[in-house]
Amino acid sequence: MASSLDRKLLRDLGRSWGQMVAVAAVAACAVTAFVAMGSTYRSLLGSQRLYYAEYRFADVFASLQRAPDSLAARIAAIPGVARAETRVVRDVTLDVPGLAEPATGRLISIPDRGRPELNDLAIRRGRYVAPGRTNEVIASEAFAEANGLRPGDAIGAILNGRWEKLTIVGVALSPEYVYEVKGGGAIFPDNRRFGVLWASRAMVAPALGMQGAFNDVAVSLGAGANEAEVIAQLDHLLARYGGLGAYGRDDQISYRFLSDEIAQNRATATIVPGIFLAAAAFLLYTVLSRLIATQRPQVGTLKAFGYSNTAIGWHYLKMALAAVGAGLVMGVAAGAYFGFRLTRVYQIFYRFPMLHYELSAGLVIVASLISLLAGALGAVAAVRKAVQMPPAEAMRPPGPARYRAGWLERMGIDRRVPLEGRMIVRDIERRPWRAAFTWLGIAMSVAILVVGFYFFDAIGYLMRLQFETVQREDVAVTFSDPRSAASRYNLANLPGVLRSEPYRAVAARLSYEHRSRRVVVMGERAAGILRPLVDEKLRIHTLPPEGIVLTRRLGELLGVKEGERVTLEVLEGARLVRQVPVSALVDEPIGYSAYMDLDALNRLLREGGTTSGAFLKVDPREAPRLYALLKRTPAVRSIAVKQASVESFKDTLAESVKISTTILVALACTLAFGMVYNGIRVALSERARELASLRVLGFSRGEVRTILLGREALLLAAAIPAGWALGAVACELIARAVASDLFRLPVVITAQTLAIAAGIVVGASALTALGVSRQLDHLDLVETLKTGE
Amino acid sequence: MLQAPKTQTPHSPPTEQAPKGDRIFHVHQVSKIYRMGGVEVHALREVDFDLFPGEFVVLLGPSGSGKSTLLNIMGALDAPTSGEVLFHDHNLSAADDLERTRYRREHVGFVFQFYNLIPSLTARENVALVAELAENPMPPEEALALVGLSERLDHFPAQMSGGEQQRVAIARAIVKRPELLLCDEPTGALDYETGKLVLEALARVNQELGATIAIITHNAAIAGLADRVIRLRSGEIVEIRRNEKKISPAEVIW
Ligand SMILES: Nc1ncnc2c1ncn2[C@@H]1O[C@H](COP(=O)(O)OP(=O)(O)O)[C@@H](O)[C@H]1O
Ligand SMILES: [Mg+2]
Repeated sequence: MASSLDRKLLRDLGRSWGQMVAVAAVAACAVTAFVAMGSTYRSLLGSQRLYYAEYRFADVFASLQRAPDSLAARIAAIPGVARAETRVVRDVTLDVPGLAEPATGRLISIPDRGRPELNDLAIRRGRYVAPGRTNEVIASEAFAEANGLRPGDAIGAILNGRWEKLTIVGVALSPEYVYEVKGGGAIFPDNRRFGVLWASRAMVAPALGMQGAFNDVAVSLGAGANEAEVIAQLDHLLARYGGLGAYGRDDQISYRFLSDEIAQNRATATIVPGIFLAAAAFLLYTVLSRLIATQRPQVGTLKAFGYSNTAIGWHYLKMALAAVGAGLVMGVAAGAYFGFRLTRVYQIFYRFPMLHYELSAGLVIVASLISLLAGALGAVAAVRKAVQMPPAEAMRPPGPARYRAGWLERMGIDRRVPLEGRMIVRDIERRPWRAAFTWLGIAMSVAILVVGFYFFDAIGYLMRLQFETVQREDVAVTFSDPRSAASRYNLANLPGVLRSEPYRAVAARLSYEHRSRRVVVMGERAAGILRPLVDEKLRIHTLPPEGIVLTRRLGELLGVKEGERVTLEVLEGARLVRQVPVSALVDEPIGYSAYMDLDALNRLLREGGTTSGAFLKVDPREAPRLYALLKRTPAVRSIAVKQASVESFKDTLAESVKISTTILVALACTLAFGMVYNGIRVALSERARELASLRVLGFSRGEVRTILLGREALLLAAAIPAGWALGAVACELIARAVASDLFRLPVVITAQTLAIAAGIVVGASALTALGVSRQLDHLDLVETLKTGE
Repeated sequence: MLQAPKTQTPHSPPTEQAPKGDRIFHVHQVSKIYRMGGVEVHALREVDFDLFPGEFVVLLGPSGSGKSTLLNIMGALDAPTSGEVLFHDHNLSAADDLERTRYRREHVGFVFQFYNLIPSLTARENVALVAELAENPMPPEEALALVGLSERLDHFPAQMSGGEQQRVAIARAIVKRPELLLCDEPTGALDYETGKLVLEALARVNQELGATIAIITHNAAIAGLADRVIRLRSGEIVEIRRNEKKISPAEVIW
């Protein structure tokens, strides 16, 4: 309305620009977190949907021993099946140039002519295999990149017991391997040692002894088809051909990971920005209400001259909206940038052919609404108080505040406390709410920092748990076929092997009542030391001699308790079905697995001393020789070198967590800084008059400084432990929200995180205090006297 | 009610105080009680008086006698605890916030003891702030010229002396040509020369614009300017006196 009022607005904004910038920064942080995480979530979800649809990702998958091609027509005829594609699939040992240890290649057949009907490939480089040319393969992109392979390069592979040379003609992506892991217990990608190779059926089938036959089928469902029904029919059909149990997308490892990741993202995209927004709203409220409270006499004057409550309210609302609006714009821009970066980071292990980044208008609108509303509420609540007061009272210079001896002094501490201390205590006691708000504000900043750094803690903890406590072997060897215990002794005799512990890994379906899950049952030596059973709290459990041990998550999924019996359906060989008692449930943070004593498992499967592989402890000096030897051993399908996994984990997952956590921590720091800065600045403007009067009365600068900053210091000291507690609660909430079937974030907060969180807040306070004390030194004493009182 | 001789009551105005037309302000049985903690402060006790158009009235009384309280109630800056305040025939004591805002906006100008300028606005802007609300304001520069501040248009309050700030406050009060001007110790903080300037400005507004003016002061010398002098003590009106011989600001000596 009035341009003079707007001029006042501009001047006021300019005069308290530091606070306005802090308010804007806080709003910007919250909006950045909200937009970045929200858009990443949407983008991932959108990419997944788009990719699966465009490249015809299958709905049901099944592996089997061997079936004649003629069976394909009967599979396609199952009611509900829209399309069916049979394939030949086998893991083969690879010799990759530049890699000491052997790698595993999953050789998948593709039609000789035309594109795959399901799980189509996106050619990224090179070309599709040419009909009639043998030994041409297309390599998966992650594998090719990790090993520096380009079209034209050659790799070795053991096919039917002989080394063959394969030529890479193209590099591709498949919706089946958005997340490229081997499966069967391997959870983190190891792109150097595992890759997918696609080759024409005409080449793959003879090489693997599968002419006129297939050992894998993918099926897509028609509209309204019942997945469980199709799976049952397929199992029935494939039973005679050594079917290993059909499964839907939920059990398809890449789909599972990607979907879990997206679900986790959705949880973090809600909770983390939620915490930020709550903190920002709270800060906006306190800062604005106190800022406006210091303008109370001006509100009174405006009212006295006939400005209406609406006009005054709108005036201060504009002030709030200007600051929040600036923050909003910055936040949306930064959020879009970081969201784009984060989406790119996800592409390191979730490979999509198209970079689909989506910042929806809806997300921006919601962010705007929330932040502007928070600012508006803060301003309105504060202005309400000021305009409701009769102008005569609002304009009166605040009379001598009513101090009295509070309970602390009545308890008799006053004798020993110096005058400044007593003034501080009285001030806190006089306005307990204000003190409580300041305290809560600081506690919230500490808590936000704890949350930020917690992600580092959790990942570090998981890495240590996985790679130091659980996987104590140096190398895990997988045999080409399960074999007798005798080969274990061979392994132990190889050069450099210090210790060898066999294991048996069996793909199985566990069911209880109507619930079932596909898992890999690991049979291990109870006395073994290379793969201890470790729970979340790092306690080591011994495998009981009988029965099966499930991770607690798996137990929950099946709804089974200790002592009850589950049905174990072996998904290979003779497909035995057995009842096994659950002997224990263990809290493992990663994956859902089942463990048994090796002998008990062998007995259960009626196989004397069969093993699938072994964990080895290796003398590092002999390692290269050993790896070279293992690579040339056809009986060894693959080996997993732990150190390599650690590094690949660090390069990929840890790297991405680092990026997102760094963003989070940066935001948390800004937020904390904004909170502390505003708290102290507002305290100064509220008390400037009082402090100047004290100076007039002869108090020294130091004494005045002590009175102002002492209060803040006292509140800071009280807020830090509260912030730690608040942060711990928030971490617990986040951990719970992001928990998926495959993965649980442990709630571990290191002392270092607590110290850093407290340190940043103390540092921010100290910096602000420094600036404020400079201002205290230049308090305009004359001004105080001029305005009466 | 304790009444001094020569005191006027609204119902039986002595003839020598004949009003110049209808009263514009009627204060009837107004009391104001402040409660702080358990203590009750009777700032005003059943006060009665009227104001007439174009009058120049001085409120005299010792500190704490209730002058500011009375003025604030007249300006609808505060509500009485009991009693009635009528502006023409509008009952201010029963008015809601919107009506009071309109009353202040359209009819009253204030000069406060502590100036209450907006610190982030210049002299000109402080005056413009109020002018923008009025229907027929004078240009802010003219209002400032009336109080002798033409040289200080673009100074901020912090760059001006107390007297200058007070004159800006007066310019701000008169810029909308108010019907009623309420001034709380406008010269309290001023030296002789400046005080005179301020009083002259007020007298001019009274004569040239025909505004009714109520001024609080504890300076008896200023009382000579008034048409009537109202004396308060302990929240009660103890005397209402008509000035036989009104002097001009130039003649004021203190
Ligand atoms: N907000 C208030 N709260 C309590 N008492 C008040 C308040 N304002 C004024 N008073 C008391 O009311 C009485 C009259 O005050 P006031 O009208 O300001 O006197 P004057 O202006 O004549 O000096 C005084 O005793 C004063 O202490
Ligand atoms: Mg007074």
